[in-house]
Amino acid sequence: MSSARLEVIERNCKGCSICVEFCPKNVLEMDVFLVKVARPEDCIKCMQCELLCPDFAIKVHDA
Amino acid sequence: MAKKVALLQGNQACAAGAMYAGCTFFAGYPITPSTEVAEELSISLPTIGGKFIQMEDEIAAMAAVIGASLTGAKSITATSGPGVSLKQELIGYACIAEVPCVIINVMRGGPSTGMPTGPGQSDVMQAMWGTHGDHAAIALVPSSVQEIFTETVRAFNLAEKYRMPVQVLFDEIVGHMRERIVFPEPGELEIINRAAPTDPPETYKPYDATKGQVPPLASFGSGYKFHVTGLNKAADGFPTTKAEYVDAEERRQVNKVNDHAAAIESNEEYLTEDAEVLVWAYGSTARSARYAVNELRKEGIKAGLFRPITLWPFPAKRTAELAKQCKAIVVSEMNLGQMIHEVERAAKGNCTVVGEFRVDGEPINPGQIAAKVKEVM
Amino acid sequence: MAYDYDKSIRPGKLPHIWCPGCGHGIVMKGLIRAMDTCGLDRKNTAIVSGIGCASRLPGYLDACTLHTAHGRAAAFATGVKMAKPEMTVICCGGDGDGTAIGGNHFIHACRRNIDMTYVIMNNFIYGMTGGQFSPCTPTGAKASTTPYGNPDPVFDISKLAIGAGATFVARTTAAHPREIDKLITMGIKHKGMAIIEVLDDCPTTYGRRNKFRSVVDMMKHLKANAVPAVAASKLTAEQLQGKFLTGILFQEERPEYCAQYAEVIKKAQA
Repeated sequence: MSSARLEVIERNCKGCSICVEFCPKNVLEMDVFLVKVARPEDCIKCMQCELLCPDFAIKVHDA
Repeated sequence: MAKKVALLQGNQACAAGAMYAGCTFFAGYPITPSTEVAEELSISLPTIGGKFIQMEDEIAAMAAVIGASLTGAKSITATSGPGVSLKQELIGYACIAEVPCVIINVMRGGPSTGMPTGPGQSDVMQAMWGTHGDHAAIALVPSSVQEIFTETVRAFNLAEKYRMPVQVLFDEIVGHMRERIVFPEPGELEIINRAAPTDPPETYKPYDATKGQVPPLASFGSGYKFHVTGLNKAADGFPTTKAEYVDAEERRQVNKVNDHAAAIESNEEYLTEDAEVLVWAYGSTARSARYAVNELRKEGIKAGLFRPITLWPFPAKRTAELAKQCKAIVVSEMNLGQMIHEVERAAKGNCTVVGEFRVDGEPINPGQIAAKVKEVM
Repeated sequence: MAYDYDKSIRPGKLPHIWCPGCGHGIVMKGLIRAMDTCGLDRKNTAIVSGIGCASRLPGYLDACTLHTAHGRAAAFATGVKMAKPEMTVICCGGDGDGTAIGGNHFIHACRRNIDMTYVIMNNFIYGMTGGQFSPCTPTGAKASTTPYGNPDPVFDISKLAIGAGATFVARTTAAHPREIDKLITMGIKHKGMAIIEVLDDCPTTYGRRNKFRSVVDMMKHLKANAVPAVAASKLTAEQLQGKFLTGILFQEERPEYCAQYAEVIKKAQA
């Protein structure tokens, strides 16, 4: 079980899918035009999604 | 104690006036016939800890002046027609962003490079309409070395008071002429500094019309964080396209000058009380006009002189009154007829309005003006 | 863990105006982290931009922000810095804004070595006006005004900055977020003109015209073709074909402009 909690700020997400594509553990998925946290238990907190999100729309918290 | 007296060139008097007004920043680019303003300020500004910078071009100079003014520094640039043309976009920026600054235009002849060392008065309409978009303008046109000093001081005062760019235009003749000047004592002339915000940084809005027609401008680096943009904006300074905000802001920025035109206006009248014919002239041309009026009076012709010192806002009210009083107005200017259009507009057909113009790089002489007056009488 | 960007963003300003996938947001986050790392007091930090997509950045940040006219950021910023040298001055903007209409101000700010940090987001295109070619659009590339391919040669912004006299020049890409804040931090700490060129993506007006199927394609391209400058010496010219060097490209100590002018003041007052 991952110690991470992923927060998506849906208001900010524009659905570019960068976070989905650059996640090394396939934690995220696209749900039409929004990102969805599909497999949070796999998150290794590498922070790539948060760092690469241009829209301030995803945050990686400690669980 | 006797006041300090000197023989000074107009451009030097301009620099001295700027220092008197509390100017601490100059940015410019060399251009004839204004360069002495820069040269003088490169000497005097650092002596008071002020800053002088020669920029890479005219546009950069205008940009640096606006940037410096936003930190609270009273800022000035000096140039001539081609430079003013280049600065126009940023003059408009200073209008919409409401940043106080002073622009000196020592006028030379011709469009484009024209006649760099010859005098002209052909930038007077540009001072009002040069930059795109609706905006207010204040332009002052001194006609002596002493007056260049006092009008430069007044330009800073108006810029600070109305939070906008103010232009001082004098033709090359006045700029390069040497005359006796009596320096005002410190405190003798009024010095106006921009109003400080009354709101704390947390609630400060740089364009808050509820604070008055001219909302106070905070300075960068003084504890206030705010946004400045050339886009149409709301009271908080952030861009908006909402019709009601855009309309209100545009109108406020024009009305802040138009509503106070009488206070900004400054004219000299000479023998106008009983005048039947009026010479309407400014800058160095007004000096020739005054001589012409004296000569005409000797011949029994009731001539008078109206000399605007504030050219913009245009002295429409007084010009209209004189148009009703006189049979004719002779507008004399070193261009092919610019301010004459405004005079005609104000005269509303109440008298004959004719022009006496010259654009050959020579001053308009009194004989020319007198001859024109006789022609219309 | 999660980085607190919110304290640096003006309330209510997000979501920003940039298109889905535009890298400017990644650069803005890097800039925020760098400002935090440097401990910048936002009351004494001026962020100055020109016109264009990238130049909208200052409006989001809680600081003294100045959105100027097209190309003029460096010139306005020079006025701010000269008048108040105690302020930290950061410029930002795009490639067209900074090197075409603002090219003269850019090179002269470099020459003066005035103490500011210029973050230039190079997305190879004029985005806001709909994708016209800029001085940084690759030769042969398609833009709305190069329908037959771009005939123009390209400006190398970093080389331009080095040639003009900037004393800290670095390059990274939007696909290297940690390097963005590392280099901007170094730029801010550097006493003099620091240019941080960030190769960026514009999926909307550049990518779709130039065979990038998605923004992810563009990001992968940036990631794959970045070669750290320190590693470049080990590579042949052939291997470096189509690559771009990243990291610190140039660094030297040279008298800073405001410090030089302080000497002028001393002489004038002597």
